[in-house]
Amino acid sequence: MGITAILFWTLSTLAVFSALMMVVSKNPVYSVLWLILVFFAISGHYLLMNAQFLAIVNIIVYAGAIMVLFLYVLMLMDLKKDTEQKRNRGILFAGVLAGGCLLLVLVAALLKTDEASVLVQTQVGNIGLIEELGKILFKEYLIPFEVSSILFLSAMVGAVVIGKK
Amino acid sequence: MPINYYIILSITLFCIGIVGVLTRRNAIIVFMCIELMLNAVNLLMVAFSKMHHLKNAAINASAGSEGQLFVFFIMVVAAAEVSVGLAIIVMLYRNTHSVDINFLNRLKH
Repeated sequence: MGITAILFWTLSTLAVFSALMMVVSKNPVYSVLWLILVFFAISGHYLLMNAQFLAIVNIIVYAGAIMVLFLYVLMLMDLKKDTEQKRNRGILFAGVLAGGCLLLVLVAALLKTDEASVLVQTQVGNIGLIEELGKILFKEYLIPFEVSSILFLSAMVGAVVIGKK
Repeated sequence: MPINYYIILSITLFCIGIVGVLTRRNAIIVFMCIELMLNAVNLLMVAFSKMHHLKNAAINASAGSEGQLFVFFIMVVAAAEVSVGLAIIVMLYRNTHSVDINFLNRLKH
């Protein structure tokens, strides 16, 4: 087992365990912290595939900006008094059953495919570097990039309008 | 690494997100589970782009980079979505003093 496999399994275990802890933890603040750990594990996966740009953007945008926003909103609210009333057992069971069935069906479908063991390039390859992605982004995808700035502007206006009342 | 390991990892994370959305009632945690599902898809997309690159690098030196750009755009859209969604949750809290999504039943009336 090479270093790549060891890193892959470590990061995968970390990601799945943290995701499970995020779903089951009672306190929303702990959920946010576990989710940040999931994002770091996924960034580790990106680094393993040599997608350096996405690894950095994932940490900056997701773990940095979005989760801090979540933490701020949690701090603005006084959630101590209504820590989720007793959960409905039936809903809990039905939800876990539905998710488990989806997992089962998708994995079973995957095992039936012929080309399931095509290799993924790890550690080498330069398509994920900032230089390559920047060239393509500003040559071929310039219009979507500019449109996304309009999207950001409208989201900002929308957030202000909704939050102002 | 074979692609099916990455596919199974992504499916697992996605299903954990779905279970969270279906069972939790705190609106913020439901929202975080949606973020987890988006991230599972992003991970799968990067894995597929690297698989495509390994297959076609001889023909096209930048094969597969579109997948990573799509992940970048998904992150952009997710950031915009989070800002609006959290504003809506703050409004919900201001009106009902709770973030329990069962209170959204009253939108029916």
